[in-house]
Amino acid sequence: MGPGFFSRRIVGLMFFALAILVMPKTLPNDYYLTVLIFAGLNSILAIGLNLLLGYAGQISLGHAAFFGLAAYTSGILTATHGWPFLGAAAAAVFLVGGVAWLIGRPTLKLKGHYLAMGTLGFGIIVYILFNEATAITGGPSGFSGIPKPVMLGWKPVKDLEFYYLIWGIAFLIFLLSQHIMLSRNGRALRAIHTSEAGASALGINVAGYKLFIFVVSALYAAVAGVLYAHYVTFVSPGTFGFPFSVQLVTMVVLGGMASLWGSLAGALFLTTLPEFLRMVENFDIVIYGAILVLCMIFLPGGLAEAIHRIASLFVKVFRRIGLFSKREGAG
Amino acid sequence: MKKYFSRYFLAGVCVLAIFAAANAADTIKIGGIFSATGPASFIGEPEKNTAKMVEEAINAAGGINGAKIEFIIYDDETDATKAVTAFDRLVKMDKVAVIVGPSTTGNTLAVVPKAEEAGIPLVSCAAAKKITSPVKKWVFKTAPSDEPAVRKIYKHAQGSGISKLAIITASDGFGAAGREELLSIAKEMGIEIVADEVFGPKDTDMTAQLTKIKGTAAQAIVCWGTNPGPAVVTRNRVQLGIKTPLYMSHGVASKKFIELAGAESAEGVMLPAGRLIVEDQVAGDHPQKKVLSTYKKNYETNFKQEVSTFGGHVRDAVLLIAEAVKISGSTEPAAIRDGLEKVRKVYGTAGEFNLSAPDHNGLTDEAFVMVKITGGDWRMMK
Amino acid sequence: MTQGQILQYLISGVTVGSTYGLAGLGFTVIYNTTEIINFAQGEFVMLGGMLAVFAMQWWGLPLPLAVVAAVAIVTAIGVLIDRLTIQPVRHRSPIHLVIITIGISILLRGGAMLLFGKDTFSLPPFTGGSPILFLDAAILPQNLWVVGTAILVLIAMKLFFELTITGKAMLACSYDARAASLMGINVGTMVTLSFAFSAMSGAIAGVILAPITLTSYDVGILLGLKGFAGCILGGLGNPFGAVAGGVLLGVIESLGAGLFSSGYKDAIAFVLLLGLLFVRPSGLFGKKMGERV
Repeated sequence: MGPGFFSRRIVGLMFFALAILVMPKTLPNDYYLTVLIFAGLNSILAIGLNLLLGYAGQISLGHAAFFGLAAYTSGILTATHGWPFLGAAAAAVFLVGGVAWLIGRPTLKLKGHYLAMGTLGFGIIVYILFNEATAITGGPSGFSGIPKPVMLGWKPVKDLEFYYLIWGIAFLIFLLSQHIMLSRNGRALRAIHTSEAGASALGINVAGYKLFIFVVSALYAAVAGVLYAHYVTFVSPGTFGFPFSVQLVTMVVLGGMASLWGSLAGALFLTTLPEFLRMVENFDIVIYGAILVLCMIFLPGGLAEAIHRIASLFVKVFRRIGLFSKREGAG
Repeated sequence: MKKYFSRYFLAGVCVLAIFAAANAADTIKIGGIFSATGPASFIGEPEKNTAKMVEEAINAAGGINGAKIEFIIYDDETDATKAVTAFDRLVKMDKVAVIVGPSTTGNTLAVVPKAEEAGIPLVSCAAAKKITSPVKKWVFKTAPSDEPAVRKIYKHAQGSGISKLAIITASDGFGAAGREELLSIAKEMGIEIVADEVFGPKDTDMTAQLTKIKGTAAQAIVCWGTNPGPAVVTRNRVQLGIKTPLYMSHGVASKKFIELAGAESAEGVMLPAGRLIVEDQVAGDHPQKKVLSTYKKNYETNFKQEVSTFGGHVRDAVLLIAEAVKISGSTEPAAIRDGLEKVRKVYGTAGEFNLSAPDHNGLTDEAFVMVKITGGDWRMMK
Repeated sequence: MTQGQILQYLISGVTVGSTYGLAGLGFTVIYNTTEIINFAQGEFVMLGGMLAVFAMQWWGLPLPLAVVAAVAIVTAIGVLIDRLTIQPVRHRSPIHLVIITIGISILLRGGAMLLFGKDTFSLPPFTGGSPILFLDAAILPQNLWVVGTAILVLIAMKLFFELTITGKAMLACSYDARAASLMGINVGTMVTLSFAFSAMSGAIAGVILAPITLTSYDVGILLGLKGFAGCILGGLGNPFGAVAGGVLLGVIESLGAGLFSSGYKDAIAFVLLLGLLFVRPSGLFGKKMGERV
C-alpha cells in the first residue's frame, strides 16, 4: 500500500463528506430528503452486511431481524417504559449484539446454503415474534407512539436534522468499516473468504473472526434499526420480514461485493429506484425485476466497478492538472 | 416558414401556460395512499380504481364548488416504510390538501404522526378503532370499526342460544384487531371463548386449527380475516364434517368469498356486512339506496369486476371531503379538517356519517346488517 | 386429545408437506447441477396453479388438458429462464446467480400480477369433493392426489437418474462439473435440463395443490421458502431428502398448530429445523459437504 492508496482513500472520504453536506442544497424539493434518509439507513445496513458477505464470504438472510429487533427494543423501551433515548438505544444495540453472538456461535459453523437457511430461519422466528407477541409489540398492526430522539439536549425534529444525523452516522460507520478492513482483522477475514482451511493452517482463529464480523454487522443493523424507529416513530412487522433481508443482500451484491463504495451505491440505487418507477404504475415491479436481472448479467462487478471506472477517470484528470503525485498506488 | 412556426409555437406555449396556471388555481389536490400491491392488494386495488372513477365523475359533474379535483395516487406495497415515503411525497412534492388512505391499519398508524405534524387531514380507509380513538386532530376514517361488527355477531349468537364460541383469526392487522375486540367484548357480554386459534394470512390449510376446535365444546365458530384464509377455513370446516354455525367478519363481504369457498361449503355462513353487497335487497326508500346502487353500477361497468366494500370506503372519503369543502368554503387543509368535523347526515356506502369533534368516524352499528349465504348468494337477515 | 385428532393433524401435515417436498425437489435438481438456490422456484409453483386456472377460463380447456398445458408452459418458461439469464453467465459465482434468480422471481410475480390480476382463484378438485372418513379423520380425494403425485414424481426422478444415460450425466455434473465436461458431457445442456425438471416439478406441485388451497399471484414466496426449508432439513442435494424433509416440515407445522399454538406454528417448525442443523449441519439425509457460497 503506497502513499497513492492513502491519498486516494482520503480524497474519496472528502468527496463523500462533501456530498453529504452539499446534497440537501441541490434537492429540488424536500421530499427527496425523506428518500435520502432511508437511503442512509439502508447504506448502514448494506455496509454491515457487506463486511459479512463480501469480505468474510458468510451469507445472512436474516439481517432484517437484527434491524427490527433493535427498532422494536428501542421503540418499546422509550414509548412503553419511558426510557431516555440514549439509554434505550444503547440497550437495543447491546441486546442485538448479544443475540447475534448467541445465534452466531452455532450458526456460523454451518456452511453455504445451510448457513443461509440458518439465518433465514432466525429471521422468520423473530418476524413471528413481532407478529404474535401482541401485548408487547402491538402485533401485525404495528407499534406506534415512539418518541423522536433526544441526545445531549439536541432534539432533531425536521427532516434536514435527521438527514445530517443519519448520514453523519453512516459516514462514521463507513470510516470504521474501512478501518476494520485495512487492519489485521480485515486481512484475516479476506484470507477466510479465500480459503477457510488455508486461513486456519496459518493460525487464524477462523471461528472467532467469523463471529466477530457477524456481531459487528449485526451491530450496524441495530444502529440503523434504532434510527429507523425514532425517525419514523412507528414500527410494524412487515418492514422486517424476509423480503427485506433479501433486498439487503441484493443491495450488497448489486453494489459490488467487498466494496464499501459499492454498498453505498447499491443502497442508494435500490432505495431511489422505486421513486423513478412510480410513473410506470403497475409495471414498476416487472421493471424493477428486469433491471435487477440485467444489472447482474451485464455488471458482474456490481455498481462499484462502474463507479471505480468513473473515479479512475477523475483521478486521471486530477493528475493531469497536477493534484496527485504520479506514483501508482496499490489499491 | 420557420419563423411562423416558432411564432405559433411560442403562442401555443403561452396559452398552455396560462391554461395550466388557471387550472392550478381552482384544483383541489387529493392524495391517495393505497396498498395496490403486496399482501393487502385486494383492498388497495378497488380503492385505487374507485379513486380514479370518483375523480372523473366529480370533474365531469363540474367539480366541488366549481373546483376540479386531482387525485394523486401512490402504492405503498402494503409496507409501512413505503406508506411513510408516499405520505411525504404527497405533502412535500405534490402539495396535496388532504389525503385518503392508507388501506391498512398498520400503514395508517405509521403515517398518523406525520399527518399530525404536517397538519394535513388524513381520511383513512382502514378499520381498527384505535385509528380514531382516542381522537387525533387531523385523522378521520370512513371504514366502520370492528367493534360494532363483533357486537352484531354476538347479539345474533346469543339470540340463537349460543354461549360458547371458538374464534379463529388471521395473524395480520385485520385479524389481530378483530381478535382483540372478539376477546374483550366476549367478556363483557358473558360469552365464553373456548378456543382461540390463529392462521397465517397466506396459510393454505387450516385443518389442524379446526380439528382442535372440533374437539372443544364450541357451539359456533367466528372467523376473522380477509380472503383467501377465511375461504379455506370455510372449506376445511365442511371437509372435516364440522356442523356448528360459522360466522365471518365483514372482511370477506364480496362475491369472491363465495366463489373461493364454493357455494356448497359457504351455505349458511353468516356475517355482519355493509349494505353494499346486498344492495339489491335494500328497500327503495332507504336513505343509502341511491348512493349504493349508483356506486355499484358505475364500478361494475367501469372495471368489469364486482364492487367491494373497500372501494366504497374511498367513495365515502371523497364524499365527506367534498361536503367539508362545501361547508367551510375553502380548500385549505385546515379548513377541510374543520369542515370534516361538521359533516352531518351524509349517506355513504358504509352508512350514515355524523362526524363531530369527539367522533372522527361517525358511523354507528346501524352501518351493519347481518347477512347469510343462501344458494350461493347473500341474503339479508332480519 | 383423541386418536382421530392426531391422525387428522398427520393427514393435513403430510398433504401440505408433500407440496413443500415437490417444491424442494426442484431446488435439489437445480442445486445439483449449478450449486445455486433458485429463488424463483416458488414462482414455478404459483405459475402452475394460476396457468391451470386460466387455461380453463380463457381457452375453455377441460381440467386434465388445462393441467397438462400449465405444466408444459411452466417447463418451457424454466428452459427460457435458463437459456436467457443463467447460461450466458454460468461461470459466475453462485451468489451472483442467486441474485439473478431473485430478480427473475420478482419478474415472474409481477408478470403474473399484471396478467392474472390480484385476486385469489380456485381450481376444481380432480376427482370429487366429498371427504372419506377414516378412523374419525377426514381425508379428501385431493389429499390422496397430492401425496400420490409426490411419490410418483419422486420415483420417476429416481428411475431417471439411475437408469437413463442423461440422468447419469446430470448426476455426474453434480459431483464435479469440470470432470463431467472433460468426459464429454455438455454441462450447459444438463443445466437447462435441470431447470426444465425443477420448473416441471414446481408446476405439478402448484397444479395439484390449487384445488385444496386456492391460488393467487403471490403464493409462490411462502411455498418456495418452505420448499427450501424442507430441502435443507432433508439434506441439500438429495432428492429423497428433499421430499422427506418437506413432508416432515408439513407434519411438524400441523402438529405444532394442533398441539401448541397456531400462531407460533412456523416458529416451532423453524426452531426445530435450526436445532437439527446445529446437531447435524448437513441435514437429515445429507452427505457431508464443504461447499461455499
